[in-house]
Amino acid sequence: MLSIQKKRVGLTNFAPSTGRTFAMVADPSSRTTQRKPHFDKILIANRYAFCRGEIACRVIRTAKKLGIKTVAVYSEVDASSMHVQLADEAYCIGPAPSSDSYLRMDKIIDVCHRSGTQAVHPGYGFLSENAQFAERLAKEGLVFIGPPASAIVSMGSKSESKTIMSNAGVPVVPGYHGTNQDPEHLLHEAKQIGFPVLIKAVHGGGGKGMRTVDSAEAFHEALTSAQREALKSFGSSNVLVEKYIVHPRHVEVQIFADTHGGCISLWERDCSVQRRNQKIIEEAPAPGLTPEMRKDLSRKAIDAAQAVNYVGAGTVEFIFDNDSNEFYFMEMNTRLQVEHPVTEMITGLDLVEWQLEVAAGNPLPLPQSAIPLIGHAFEARIYAENPRNGFLPDSGSLLYLSTPEPTHTFAPPLVMSAITLASLSASSDDSSGLARIVDTITTVEPSLRLEQGFGQGALIGMFYDPMIAKLVVHGRDRTEALRLLRRALEQYKVVGVSTNIEFLRTLAGNDAFVDGQLETGFIPKHFDQLFPRVPEPSAEVLAQAALFVVLRDQPQAPVATPWTSLSSRRFGGDVYDRIIKLQKDDASAEPMTVHVRASNPGSYDITVQTGSSSTSFNSVPGRLLSPTTLSTSLNSVSLHTTIVSQAPPPSLPASTSPNTMERLHVFHNGRKITLVLPTPKWLLSLGGDILGSGKGALKAPMPSVVVEVKVKMGDNVEVGQAIVVLESMKTETVLRADVAGVVKAVRCTKAEMVEEGRELVDIETNED
Amino acid sequence: MYATVRRSLGRRVVNGRRAYHPSVLPSRISTTSPDFVAKAEAMDELVADFEAKTTTARLGGGAKAAERMRSKGKKLPRERLSLLLDAHTPFLELSQLAAHDVYPDLVPGAGIITGIGRISGRECVAVVNDATVKGGSYYPLTVKKHLRAQEIAREHGLPCVYVVESGGAALPHQANVFPDKEHFGRIFYNMAQMSALGIPQIAIVHGISVAGGAYVPAMADENIIVREQGRIFLAGPPLVKAATGEEVDEETLGGGQMHSSESGVTDHLARDDEHAIAIARGIVSDLGKAGGREVPPPVPPQDPVYPAHELHGIVGTDLRQAFDMRDVIARIVDGSRFREFKKEYGPTVVTGFANIHGYPVGIVANNGILFSQSALKATHFIELCSQRQIPLLFLVNVTGYMVGSKAEKGGIAKDGAKMVRAVACSDVPKLTVIVGGSYGAGNYGMCGRAYSPRFLWMWPNAKVSVMGPGQLSQVMTSVSKDPTKHSSLKSEIEEQSTALYATARLWDDGIIRPTDTRDTVGLALALSAREHRYGRAGRSAQTTWDGDGKGFGVFRM
Repeated sequence: MLSIQKKRVGLTNFAPSTGRTFAMVADPSSRTTQRKPHFDKILIANRYAFCRGEIACRVIRTAKKLGIKTVAVYSEVDASSMHVQLADEAYCIGPAPSSDSYLRMDKIIDVCHRSGTQAVHPGYGFLSENAQFAERLAKEGLVFIGPPASAIVSMGSKSESKTIMSNAGVPVVPGYHGTNQDPEHLLHEAKQIGFPVLIKAVHGGGGKGMRTVDSAEAFHEALTSAQREALKSFGSSNVLVEKYIVHPRHVEVQIFADTHGGCISLWERDCSVQRRNQKIIEEAPAPGLTPEMRKDLSRKAIDAAQAVNYVGAGTVEFIFDNDSNEFYFMEMNTRLQVEHPVTEMITGLDLVEWQLEVAAGNPLPLPQSAIPLIGHAFEARIYAENPRNGFLPDSGSLLYLSTPEPTHTFAPPLVMSAITLASLSASSDDSSGLARIVDTITTVEPSLRLEQGFGQGALIGMFYDPMIAKLVVHGRDRTEALRLLRRALEQYKVVGVSTNIEFLRTLAGNDAFVDGQLETGFIPKHFDQLFPRVPEPSAEVLAQAALFVVLRDQPQAPVATPWTSLSSRRFGGDVYDRIIKLQKDDASAEPMTVHVRASNPGSYDITVQTGSSSTSFNSVPGRLLSPTTLSTSLNSVSLHTTIVSQAPPPSLPASTSPNTMERLHVFHNGRKITLVLPTPKWLLSLGGDILGSGKGALKAPMPSVVVEVKVKMGDNVEVGQAIVVLESMKTETVLRADVAGVVKAVRCTKAEMVEEGRELVDIETNED
Repeated sequence: MYATVRRSLGRRVVNGRRAYHPSVLPSRISTTSPDFVAKAEAMDELVADFEAKTTTARLGGGAKAAERMRSKGKKLPRERLSLLLDAHTPFLELSQLAAHDVYPDLVPGAGIITGIGRISGRECVAVVNDATVKGGSYYPLTVKKHLRAQEIAREHGLPCVYVVESGGAALPHQANVFPDKEHFGRIFYNMAQMSALGIPQIAIVHGISVAGGAYVPAMADENIIVREQGRIFLAGPPLVKAATGEEVDEETLGGGQMHSSESGVTDHLARDDEHAIAIARGIVSDLGKAGGREVPPPVPPQDPVYPAHELHGIVGTDLRQAFDMRDVIARIVDGSRFREFKKEYGPTVVTGFANIHGYPVGIVANNGILFSQSALKATHFIELCSQRQIPLLFLVNVTGYMVGSKAEKGGIAKDGAKMVRAVACSDVPKLTVIVGGSYGAGNYGMCGRAYSPRFLWMWPNAKVSVMGPGQLSQVMTSVSKDPTKHSSLKSEIEEQSTALYATARLWDDGIIRPTDTRDTVGLALALSAREHRYGRAGRSAQTTWDGDGKGFGVFRM
């Protein structure tokens, strides 16, 4: 009974009027002032369909909850996207490239005036950390839902921020943060710091414009590339160089500050497991921290925020050295981050609501001591990428998408149990309330949130970040949360692009990960366990795939005549039978054959032949419940299997490449097994006529933009020489010559968009 | 209140739910009676024997010949057929046991596979040469089977796909293959006629297509040849050398490359069998309005109330044992519903309306010897069906018309003639299934082969002959002086009256299992319901010298 009553106690009951526990609020007068109302209408200067676009929807949802009207802006390609539909009003602000739309401040400000908006939420990415934008908004009399421009400027520059932090007593990683960008000077500094070093864009973030360098020899190439990326992404090529910590953890603290000088910590997150220097799984709280370490981290984070008079939601990132248990200030992100939901889950708060509260000029809704730290939460980011191919981004359309059912839209409110409260007051020596022990006693309702950037049929293009969705789970403790996460990932089914779902599931079940042995180099260190050998498709999978092919070929006539309804009816002892050939998705090995023979109406005898072994299933019932659901029973096990067919692009000439074959994605036992239906010989023969011979030809491995063509007609090239630099989804790929020879043709130009499979450069092999 | 009741009753009828209705036939059999069990066992045995025979026939020329074809990279004839047809669709094969035990050589299926199946969503007639059987050469019955498939295509307006690999006429049999009206030449005559009627003719040349055989692709509207495999020439290299002294290899003389790029004899050049068939399927999907269109049934189909396998025990194999044909009808028609006509009059013939797979059909069935009354009743019913354009289904188990002075005085000859005339002139599609005997003039009145039913099938137990075996021996005794010949003649005639003997000679379109009757008839009714350009079949559709302006079909240019 007590707990129910407590649950009803929402944020409002902790309204500042009580004032009892406001340890961190500097100005006591604020408590007595009247609470300021929310805005009537806000504009979300972000997008839905691509690149972390779920934030726009996220903000709109909270605004709706609070009765605030919302205005969305969109580029021409996003006209039908979710944030446009969700928002009360929507305005088109230009064509697809973000520099012509989402980054156009003038257009956004114009929309603000036209729509009568009072405040602008920048989301994350795009203009969220742009001080100029904040200033211009202020000039126009609009509120920027975020920190003051000065704080953005201070924290936006990595070098400046470190100087400020050092002065404020926050430890920083040794490095060169100076303005001298002469490559030789930077190399000299790197040598001073000692390799390995990290090159980072001064105004960067999100792993863009960042390179690790192991030796002096490799320094210049990495520098050039980092500078180019930095220039493109952030408008400035300035970089800094710093010490590279070998076994680091990435631990960050979510802080919140109000305009009254109040600043509190919403505890830390661990985002150590990364690939390509980008986060893929985040959790809160960080495992293995003692209350003292937690206190220390939070303390330094609050110091850092206060050093720049911070307001609003911010994240102070630290590098935690696993070898020494030291931590260093890395940077501060002056916005809400992608992984903010894990903090929401363990605290039971709505951070967007807090942002609006603070932007309206109200003090922080809760004091430090009243911030829950209950259970454990994970966020897994589902990306369109290929983990087994160096996590290379993938693009394409989401042919099929089926997700687990989320239990919550917002973090369910949490209330600390009496025991926790008692233990809190017992440790009275900690006046700050920061040395908190994680509460794993309070009952936590296992919950799942799903923030989705894309829907079925959406095109994951090459313009933006390929994040499909984020899954957030909250359990009583880390073990339970991981179990929830594994289950949710099993239920998340995607066809059309490669995803990291299976990788995430393996990761969530990895022993070292379960033990909390985290470090940023986790993936390379545990590579073998994280990428186990792909097992051969089982006879059950093959049988189901073949049965699917047989059943889906059944004619679907608009009107039934016996010629369509009497499927596979044969007479005089004849029966319908069919041999289906299937190959593994790389189409390398010999095809496996499945013989499907109609036995009784609606059931089949199936024989699977793989190599020398043969498995038979008799009188197998088969029915398609939907175009993607096969209902059957094998060895007395009733199965409802999702099987999705993916046809190759029709204009692609047939070849032995699996990309030109029909794929069947079978979701069996929580795994996605992809099979291909081999192309018949005649089609290969026809395709061969079109393709001709391809040795020496460099083709675009994915849809991309040409960044640089490093050769011209007639050049002599060596094996391994960089020929073309491509960019896809903000990641560069260098295509290198696979033969030595002379460049015969260059079929692309700089800044051109090229489709997958396009021949870019043709090299004529040198005759030996 | 009253109105509500009436409305709900009305809805029940309209919805056709499985509630009691007077039109639902009762089942009056006992499946456990010794009589039923014995009959069922006998029929099971006969059906199993029939299945074994078709299994053998389907193997064609056997494993060796099949291996020889495979080694050349060719698909087997049945594999070609399977690729040609839409996956998971029915195939109504014709006369699987043609030429069974007819020739001294083994010619399974008469060396040709024919039938009706769906290609690219359209029903078509497929004619596939079986090159594993005597190189696909034409025996007299091969010609007959080919012509019969064309006849069916023409009557129903079905596009024809010829899957060609044949050395032409079997020379030792040329006298029975070549010269007569219904011989080899008729194949091409039919192709020209059908093309003129707008029934598409498509040929795929998978192998040799020589001499007369060369005209199948040449007469086709559109054709395909397989590269380095198909050959079309009027005379092969040896004959050319003999005639003109020219030495030339087969590929140069009539290969796909030459015909596609130089002579223009072929329209499409395929890489292999599979490719050729894929092209053919594409051609069929591009037929436009040619070849008519299917018409769905006016009401949704319903399964019969009683299981089909009980037919075995109802009919049995001993034709002397009578059974009620209503028990057969109850296991064939939709919802076992039979709206009987003139039930009390002339009870030895059963007439009435039913639906099979949703299509309406008028059924004429035998329950004994045909008397004058029965013949008049059947005539009346056939007239009704003709007037209403409802197809007729004849379920045959007839020993003939009644004989004797009483019957003759009653005018059985003229009443029987009325029935025969009605059957002959009836303007609706007719289907005949011989479930028991079909003897004497009963065969005429019950739409035997001579009365051009769209299809005629026999059950494995069926018999067809001029008279029943009993009468036959009596007649023999009275007209013949030499009793020693009686028994041998009797056994000869008995053998010649079996379904197997009949089907081997194409007196039918094939033997069917009793349990397949409903589906087979349903498919045929769907074909009968098709709309095609030149109106209903049965009317003259000739294009010769009668000035009907049908033109010439498609000339090969």
